[in-house]
Amino acid sequence: MILYDYPPLAECYAVRLLAALLDVPLEIRSLDYYPGREHETDEYLDIAPLGSVPALDTGTAVLGDWQAALIHLAAHHDATGQWLPLGDPDRLVAIHEWLAVARALAHSAGVARLHELIGQPAVIERCRTEAHRLLRHLERHLWFGERAGRRWLVEGEQPTIADIAVFVQVILCEEGGVSRLDYPAVRRWIDSVRGIRGFVVTSGVLPLDPTAPVHTLA
Amino acid sequence: MDPILWNDWHVVADATALQCDRPITTRLLGVPLTVSRDAQGAVHVVGTDGSPIVSDVRHGFVWACLGKPARPILSIAELAEPDRCVTTAGSFGVHVSAGRVIENFLDLGHLGHVHAGYLGQEPQTAVEPYEVARLPDGGVHASGCKVFQPVSSPTAQSGFVVEYQYKVERALTASLYKSSFSQPDRFDVIYLFAQPLDEEHAIAHVLEIFIDDGVSPAALRAFQQFIFLQDKPILENQIPKRLPIGQRMEMPVLADKTSVAYRRWLAELGVTYGTVGAHDGGLPA
Ligand SMILES: [Fe+2]
Repeated sequence: MILYDYPPLAECYAVRLLAALLDVPLEIRSLDYYPGREHETDEYLDIAPLGSVPALDTGTAVLGDWQAALIHLAAHHDATGQWLPLGDPDRLVAIHEWLAVARALAHSAGVARLHELIGQPAVIERCRTEAHRLLRHLERHLWFGERAGRRWLVEGEQPTIADIAVFVQVILCEEGGVSRLDYPAVRRWIDSVRGIRGFVVTSGVLPLDPTAPVHTLA
Repeated sequence: MDPILWNDWHVVADATALQCDRPITTRLLGVPLTVSRDAQGAVHVVGTDGSPIVSDVRHGFVWACLGKPARPILSIAELAEPDRCVTTAGSFGVHVSAGRVIENFLDLGHLGHVHAGYLGQEPQTAVEPYEVARLPDGGVHASGCKVFQPVSSPTAQSGFVVEYQYKVERALTASLYKSSFSQPDRFDVIYLFAQPLDEEHAIAHVLEIFIDDGVSPAALRAFQQFIFLQDKPILENQIPKRLPIGQRMEMPVLADKTSVAYRRWLAELGVTYGTVGAHDGGLPA
């Protein structure tokens, strides 16, 4: 599978992270997204009509939506079925609900980060306010979850693609001026995700144990 | 206001990325600016009231000076060499003072830790002795630095001992000269222009002037951005966010010889914006 990638984007990291956790090799095609705007070129739009980054070429289709890429990887390359429990409608619904939260975080915390990082236009204070509102929602959910013995976003012993999608947005949010200081349960959950076997970092993300060898996907 | 930085030229935008229909709003030394390109291709820099700011386009960037330029925009000799692949590598915001951005760029000691596997490797992170001197027109020149780099550039096929030189010609401009993989007797050159948005926020603008060995500008950019994004969290975790100069200068570790020289030079120049300790009296020992 070919991943059209721009390493600083949280959504690209999500696809690289899940692929690493599933031990699925990806052929990385690095795009000059910024400042080259390669994703706006006719050549790229021919490959990925949405002009979105990342895009995952599965061999049969090009998925221009990062969450579709996560679903594809989990549905086809996870023998355990833990990341996307297709046979469990209630959990599937809950996963979709959290994927929507991840998208809302991308449009708030993520936009704030890209504003700070590469000057992408944004109404920065509105983005940050919205990001904090979502983080409070996440904090409440995780805090009550801890009391109910639930460690991940969705009921069950194992993490799902919901954890990956929300994690990549939350772990990079401080670069956009959105502090995680007031969200202790979120910070504990972040450590749980970083503790998943096979976890890989990206620039700006540190491993759980700083003395452990770092696996970077670049 | 700090007269040194107020009367200096600063990069405020990447001219190659500036499109007619997309003006850029930014800040320089706390002053809000709009940078735009008109239909004829001319670049304009104006303040919030629409008043023009002294500006110029040079080396692929838009430059502005809020006061009276004390010196011309620096010239870059390597840009005249015909066999160079030249590209701007993006403009990245960092939540730290501009001086800190320059200092990190000058720090040889961090290569083996922050860029392990690329610009250095653990456990061989110790820095060999090298020379630090003053440039004739003022500024800092470090030379004779040697570092083993597993992957020194996007076209490097193997690790090798890379020779490094650094120059700081202006308070917030630094350049790095490193042996080219394809022609080790010549240098690839990277310029870093740190735009001070305010005292604790900066934008790092990078210009790459590499020996053209078939490398594409996109590959140069991707490599440089990958390296810079490794620096970013380290930079943003620095305390204080302003650069300590003067008596309260932190005790730097042995490897930071260039950094000490840089801080001392800023203190001598009288730079105060984005620093702490400048008014505590005396120059750093
Ligand atoms: Fe660095």
